[in-house]
Amino acid sequence: MPEQLIFAMEVILNGLMAGVLYALVALGFVLIYKASGIFNYAQGVMALFAAMTLVGIMNGQVPFAHLINAIFGTHVHYFGWNVPALLAILLTMAVMVLMAWAVQRFVMRHLVGQEPIILFMATIGLAFFLEGVADLMWGSEIKTLDVGLPQGINLWIDETTLQIFDYGFFIDNLDIVATIIAALLVAALVAFSQYTKQGRAMRAVADDHQAALSVGISLNFIWIMVWSVAGFVALVAGIMWGTKSGVQFSLSLIALKALPVLMLGGFTSIPGAIVGGLIIGVGEKLFEFALGPALGGATENWFAYVLALIFLVFRPQGLFGEKIIERV
Amino acid sequence: MFYREAGDFKTSYIADSQTFPIKFDRYRYYVVLAVAFGIVPFLINDYWANALLLPFLIYAIAAIGLNILVGYCGQVSLGTGGFMAVGAYACYKLMTAFPDVSMFIHVILAGGITALVGVLFGLPSLRIKGFYLAVATLAAQFFLVWLFNRVPWFYNYSASGQINAPERDVFGIIITGPNAPAWATYLFCLVFLTVCAIIARNLTRGTIGRTWMAIRDMDIAAEIIGVNPLKAKLTAFAVSSFFVGISGALFFAVYLGAVEVGEVFGIQKSFLVLFMIIIGGLGSIFGSFAGAAFLVLLPVLLKLIGVDLLGWPTDIVAHLNLVIVGAMIIMFLILEPHGLAQLWRVAKEKLRLWPFPH
Repeated sequence: MPEQLIFAMEVILNGLMAGVLYALVALGFVLIYKASGIFNYAQGVMALFAAMTLVGIMNGQVPFAHLINAIFGTHVHYFGWNVPALLAILLTMAVMVLMAWAVQRFVMRHLVGQEPIILFMATIGLAFFLEGVADLMWGSEIKTLDVGLPQGINLWIDETTLQIFDYGFFIDNLDIVATIIAALLVAALVAFSQYTKQGRAMRAVADDHQAALSVGISLNFIWIMVWSVAGFVALVAGIMWGTKSGVQFSLSLIALKALPVLMLGGFTSIPGAIVGGLIIGVGEKLFEFALGPALGGATENWFAYVLALIFLVFRPQGLFGEKIIERV
Repeated sequence: MFYREAGDFKTSYIADSQTFPIKFDRYRYYVVLAVAFGIVPFLINDYWANALLLPFLIYAIAAIGLNILVGYCGQVSLGTGGFMAVGAYACYKLMTAFPDVSMFIHVILAGGITALVGVLFGLPSLRIKGFYLAVATLAAQFFLVWLFNRVPWFYNYSASGQINAPERDVFGIIITGPNAPAWATYLFCLVFLTVCAIIARNLTRGTIGRTWMAIRDMDIAAEIIGVNPLKAKLTAFAVSSFFVGISGALFFAVYLGAVEVGEVFGIQKSFLVLFMIIIGGLGSIFGSFAGAAFLVLLPVLLKLIGVDLLGWPTDIVAHLNLVIVGAMIIMFLILEPHGLAQLWRVAKEKLRLWPFPH
């Protein structure tokens, strides 16, 4: 087999793995959009917030330490204990639920019935707010996150491919774990929305707010739940990305990367988010591999958006999105 | 008391359709212009120019441009940073290629080039709407920044990859470069802002503005009553990009002097200008001014209080700034979706009725 083809195969595999991570973030978007029609720009910042909270709890950091020190002139930084990873994840989840409640209580409840674009801008404001709060709470320096996920090259794949192709593929263990977790997460979400009472209520709300209200479904509760689930997805995405590249501001930018994924897949489709993520992941890696050196490199910055743009011109609702019907 | 139409009779159509029909409004406008042109240039120093006035003037131009697209035509754009970069680089290439031509012409040409690029990226708006379009404009943002970063022709093959504004003058007065006097740069930007605002105000009052607003309110209905969406959307993109390009050119050439494209014209800039028009008021020229002033003042004020008065570290103040801006956006969207401009309108309405509120 020619060398170029083998390289390309490795690139495709890595692209698929990266695509899974994009899809993880995109999932959170789709969930909220389906349930409340809100396009939640803050999803990426929620992932950052979750990851920072997790690290902060694990290291026993005092929340708002910098602010407290600045106001009162004290020098508190750490409680002096370390929380085990599992407990810390549970605590972080509790924080995310609390945040979901606060978002619902203080923001979304007051914006019911506004135009979608106003809601979208509100979530941009929310993103700024959360980012500032996260920085104030835990400090803005880059942190490492280690919850015990395996990392580094997968030796088994390396050796097997070495025997077959005479060239060892470099696949990160973490990417494999991420893929498995993403698959589990999607399965769990689908099961949740199809087979549980709350899941069905959520779908009912997504279909028609008024009708759902009239059969006795509490909109408040459903929306808090949806934001909590989105917070949970953000937490998972935050753990994955945080373990991969450190917990830092750039984590929130993956939200921007998830946007073209959504446009490709359609805003309303969970399978669409996965397929879109994979297409973008593979597409941008292959494009960089094939044409990157000729164009000056770093094409990954824009390839996804341009691909989505070109794609949208031909199919405005995305691959799996519901057909857009407009009436006067 | 003074602020009312009573006794202010119009005897000609010209007088009836003027921009400020109420006498008090009109005189206030003349006074603001007189102060801005006649008094401020004599009082200005480098600190005031660079910290407050220049950013305000330049952002106000960008905000007017974006407001035409988002507020009047309803096409949400997240590509403002990229279009400002087009203006800056076009201005740079023109300045270095034709050193003898006046800066006025360079800046206007830079705006024109940006308008062409804007129309190009506005083409998808005919097929794509709403969020999808907002995300599609991100393609413009990231692609343009990448282009200016990676293609050496744009930065004249300089080693650092930066662009630096050479010294240029208007009527013999230096406008760009480190030796430019504060009052000259201020006046230069002020002239552009005034002209842009007058053009924008009159465009939005006329036929084009009405077609934009028809498209914004409901594009299909507008199409049925005979508005050409191709023309309306593309003119909105062109005019908007023209203003944004001018502001980008001024931002680079007059205000900063040296630009690294990823830092200065990144996605953050797009959001900043978008926030300006949300806080100021969508679909209002005055709102663009108010929003720009607010978001230019806020960090300066916070820094003054936080760092200089209370002695807090700068990073905490920067984070607080984020929290406050985020909270303000949400608050404005909840309490007053039409922004500062609406508050101003309400205040004027109250003034007209005062002292008899009913």
